[in-house]
Amino acid sequence: MSSALDITRAVNPPRAAFLDYPLGHTAGKPHKPALQREILLQALEAFTSLTEPGSVKMLPFRWSEDQAWQATAQRGPDDRRPRYDTPQYQSEEDRQRAEATGHSV
Amino acid sequence: MPVDYIPRIQEKYTQEGYPAYRWVVNSDLPPWQPLHRPLSTSRLGLVASGGIYITGQVAFHYKDDMSWRVIPTDVKTTDLRATHFAYDLTDARQDPNVVFPIDTLRGLVSEGVIGTLAANAYTFMGGIYSARRVQQELAPQLLERLLAEHVEAVLFVPV
Repeated sequence: MSSALDITRAVNPPRAAFLDYPLGHTAGKPHKPALQREILLQALEAFTSLTEPGSVKMLPFRWSEDQAWQATAQRGPDDRRPRYDTPQYQSEEDRQRAEATGHSV
Repeated sequence: MPVDYIPRIQEKYTQEGYPAYRWVVNSDLPPWQPLHRPLSTSRLGLVASGGIYITGQVAFHYKDDMSWRVIPTDVKTTDLRATHFAYDLTDARQDPNVVFPIDTLRGLVSEGVIGTLAANAYTFMGGIYSARRVQQELAPQLLERLLAEHVEAVLFVPV
């Protein structure tokens, strides 16, 4: 799957299904299981419908009516975090659990 | 029009003081393997790069993290976490399925669309500057694990 068409074209995988959604939503919108199911069904269908190596299936889903998110994404809000070199936990509880068990996989 | 990410990211790396980023461009025809059997009788692997881990595992860091996590495909969705420096994590933390479609895939197995899922899925944090190290270290390690899972196909969900 992909939500970055230019990057996928450069990588040129055997097959791809492109979903034109903001980054961080490659497989759908949160808490919308019916939509997520439709998206996956269409993506998986590419395993049989695509016959040319390097093909990209364009999935027919629209994030919003006006697609205003695209202009913001193209300009680029500065939402990247610094490149910390220590584990970045989602919560303090996660950190404590991980430190208690002491291994990474 | 789909967003062009390459110029945006190029700019960001330059601003952060990295040398000009050399994007991987694969001009050759990619390798091709058609499915030998219908998806409904296949074992499907899952690999995702959105920085997903299970609570209790060590989280990813943000400086060329070459590690990967093993996520059993019967994982409790509420035990999944996401950490990454390059995308807005809000929705992934609300519902991990948006970057790690595990409930979706399990549903499609119940429906008979997919035969079965591999015992484990694999995740990593894809914000890695060195494409060479991904090709030489991370990718071969994941390949070895996927072959050991006896998958017929793999769904790759990047962010």
